[in-house]
Amino acid sequence: MSLSNKIQDVFNEPGCGKNQGKQEKERKKGCTKQLQPGAAAGGCAFDGAKIALQPITDVAHLVHGPIACEGHSWDNRGTKSSGSRLYRTGFTTDINEHDVVFGGEKHLYRAIKEIIEKYNPPAVFVYQTCVPAMIGDDIESVCRAASQKFGKPVIPVNSPGFVGAKNLGNKLAGEAILDHVIGTEEPEYTTPYDINIIGEYNLSGELWQVKPLLDELGIRILACISGDARYREVASSHRARAAMMVCSKAMINIARKMEERYGIPFFEGSFYGVGDMSDSLRQIARLLVSRGAPEELVARTEAVVAREEARAWQRLEPYKARLEGKRVLLITGGVKSWSVVAALQEVGLEIVGTSVKKSTKEDKERIKEIMGDDAHMIDDMTPREMYKVLKEARADIMLSGGRTQFVALKAKMPWLDINQERHHAYAGYEGMVELVGEIDKSLSNPVWEQVRRPAPWERAAQDAAGMIRAA
Amino acid sequence: MAKVLTSRKACTVNPLKMSQPMGGALAFMGVNGCMPLLHGSQGCTSFGLVLFVRHFREAIPLQTTAMSEVATVLGGLENVERAVINIANRAKPEIIGICSTGVTETKGDDVDGFIRLIRARHPELDHVAMVSVSTPDFTGAFQDGWSKTVDRMVEAFVEPPAEGVLRTRKINVLPGCHLTPGDLEELRDVIEAFGLEPHFLPDLSGSLDGHIPDEFTPTTLGGIGLVEIRAMGSALATVAIGEQMRGAAITLEHKTGVPYVVFDRLTGLAPNDDLMAHLSRMSGMPVPSKYRRQRSQLVDAMLDGHFFFGGKKIAIGAEPDLLWSMASCLTEMGSHVTAAVTTTASPVLERLPVDEVLIGDLEDLEDRAATADLLVTHSHGRQAAERLKIPFYRLGLPTFDRLGAAHLVTVGYRGTRDLIFSIGNLFMGDAHEPDPDTWRYCAPQPEQLVQLNGGV
Repeated sequence: MSLSNKIQDVFNEPGCGKNQGKQEKERKKGCTKQLQPGAAAGGCAFDGAKIALQPITDVAHLVHGPIACEGHSWDNRGTKSSGSRLYRTGFTTDINEHDVVFGGEKHLYRAIKEIIEKYNPPAVFVYQTCVPAMIGDDIESVCRAASQKFGKPVIPVNSPGFVGAKNLGNKLAGEAILDHVIGTEEPEYTTPYDINIIGEYNLSGELWQVKPLLDELGIRILACISGDARYREVASSHRARAAMMVCSKAMINIARKMEERYGIPFFEGSFYGVGDMSDSLRQIARLLVSRGAPEELVARTEAVVAREEARAWQRLEPYKARLEGKRVLLITGGVKSWSVVAALQEVGLEIVGTSVKKSTKEDKERIKEIMGDDAHMIDDMTPREMYKVLKEARADIMLSGGRTQFVALKAKMPWLDINQERHHAYAGYEGMVELVGEIDKSLSNPVWEQVRRPAPWERAAQDAAGMIRAA
Repeated sequence: MAKVLTSRKACTVNPLKMSQPMGGALAFMGVNGCMPLLHGSQGCTSFGLVLFVRHFREAIPLQTTAMSEVATVLGGLENVERAVINIANRAKPEIIGICSTGVTETKGDDVDGFIRLIRARHPELDHVAMVSVSTPDFTGAFQDGWSKTVDRMVEAFVEPPAEGVLRTRKINVLPGCHLTPGDLEELRDVIEAFGLEPHFLPDLSGSLDGHIPDEFTPTTLGGIGLVEIRAMGSALATVAIGEQMRGAAITLEHKTGVPYVVFDRLTGLAPNDDLMAHLSRMSGMPVPSKYRRQRSQLVDAMLDGHFFFGGKKIAIGAEPDLLWSMASCLTEMGSHVTAAVTTTASPVLERLPVDEVLIGDLEDLEDRAATADLLVTHSHGRQAAERLKIPFYRLGLPTFDRLGAAHLVTVGYRGTRDLIFSIGNLFMGDAHEPDPDTWRYCAPQPEQLVQLNGGV
């Protein structure tokens, strides 16, 4: 299938409710908003594809393009591995003028050869970028030839930056592994408790906050796509009994097509927040039972949920008094806004605004449900507006991604990183306690009082002004 | 005399290099009220933005023409036009600095031509200065993008001095991209101490030094002003720092007659002696006592430190001018630079005090650093240092896993002194306590004896 057909196919995703609500013509335009030159923010489709697949730890991720595509971004994502660290090695063809004039296919082929000879990974993923796409390098043919020659999977990921935004790249990455990886190997054994987790990237090791509970219940993660995954796990993931799809719609095409092709039912859930975490565990158990796992799993799950919820609430209790009425400005795309909103409200924080730039219609409905009709949903807030909200102290803390952190810090207001470069893990019951703990740590830090102190010369000026007024 | 080699690998592994448009964008960030704009797909900008944010820990002004596949094939005039209008309306900059990228260069977009068309169509943008630089990602490196952009700014903005204007005490300083905002601040102090008035192009010490502004601004919040750039022709002289700035210094001289001197580095004793002598000559002032004192502190630091540097093997990965500064200074302290890897061609490479220097990547550096005592490169060297189990000194951009990258000072007597302390401390910290077995197996083996006696 050509790339443009593939993109149309992705846009037609029937699993996506937002898409189904659209007219035929509108649907063709795709699910990403037209980018505004001079006012755009966010990554490209290549970035999205890399984010989606780089967490596969034992694979060599080779970027075919000029130095900009890999040179500026390698080893900068917080996704963790329990084994191989090959995914943190930056591989790129770093194409030059000669390639641009004569084509870069041979260069790419030699690069694949070098990687296999030196690093012998179970597979090489080759990412297409804008310049080679423009000059017509056919990475699919090169990958096919290299795969035959070296007897190893060489997977083309055809998602050059200029076809769209990050979200589209997530989906095109999904298509690549659906076409070339999933179903190509068999697991050593299967159990009635095998699940896939789709759309979880193990940022800061978040998967490991959840995994111990699944282990306790005897539920096996056959494959996490793609956090802390091995190539073999993804390749044999078609034997799972059920799947959970995390993180909104980024990888819905994988979940839906695996259901279609391999009969693996899935649900959409979240690990963020006490309530959502419990729901997710229950749904996993229910789906597995519906696929033939022993009925008693449900009761065991309920027992774990009850124990963990009680424990989490007990640990959150001391924060309630400290955080009651504190106001949060939530600017995020990566993590589902509503699931974080619910989580924060659980401890008494007030959400003064939440961004819904990347949320679906259902997401917005849920936010309304949780926050009431007067929910402050912000479609697109400029940094200047964020700064104003903070500077005027209409919020006590901002939770956002790294790109906007200085808006808060320069306003001398607390800020917490909740996007992909974050250093703390916020998933599951553990993560919720961690998140609330971090918010409390930030709000109660005496540094705010220090940094807001006027300088002596400013104070002198204020005093003088005061004296004039008094006189 | 160093042999300059270029890696013959098809696959770059663990890149050391960053691309030209990033260097260009950073140069524009040293100009006040500026919005750098990359003409390319939006990823080109967002990767660069994240990179700079992580290094400087500052909000970074950087925009994109957001080229789609169709726009790329048809040509980017419309996108550049819409971007410029959007930026002018939203960010209200004084200057928009446009860098091309690989994808728009492959298509062959003529951005200068676009600007002329946009000017003709939009007289309402007359108050916004615009300049474009050709910086394809697939040639050169970060340092080249920086030097080209400074050269372009000189060419586009600096005006010849009016007839009869007296040369004042004004000095132009053209710093290479290897200098930090902290370095510029140090140099400003030094030059001002001679009663001279330095004007830096670009001036990152005004924009990316981490100060807290009163108001939020979407453009750069400091740096050299356009008016100051235009007036650079009325300076007494130009001081260029780093070989990469020679081109811009020459352009400036051709345009305005302002004579220049290039200091290929300002890390180390001798180059700073030269700087002091030069400033003293230009100003007619003796070297201030403050710097006489600092010189003697540096000499003392060199005496105290040489015990720890002598004979050490050091592996350095850096852009040419930074590599030149470091390698020269460390060699002068008695260390041997046994592995040198860089990103792009430069006249300084042949003069490096090493046997050979490779234009390559961090895999090459790691391979060559197997017996080294210290690794010096940017933060991406962290995995290599861990595998090599040797101390790691972070130097250059990006430094994303340490605080204060913008304030690291390695120029001047004082900067060199502190550099010696920092690296000397790494060596001290890595010294191994002897135990009873330390010397037990050290008696030379027969084949080593042959080598020791000068071979057969």
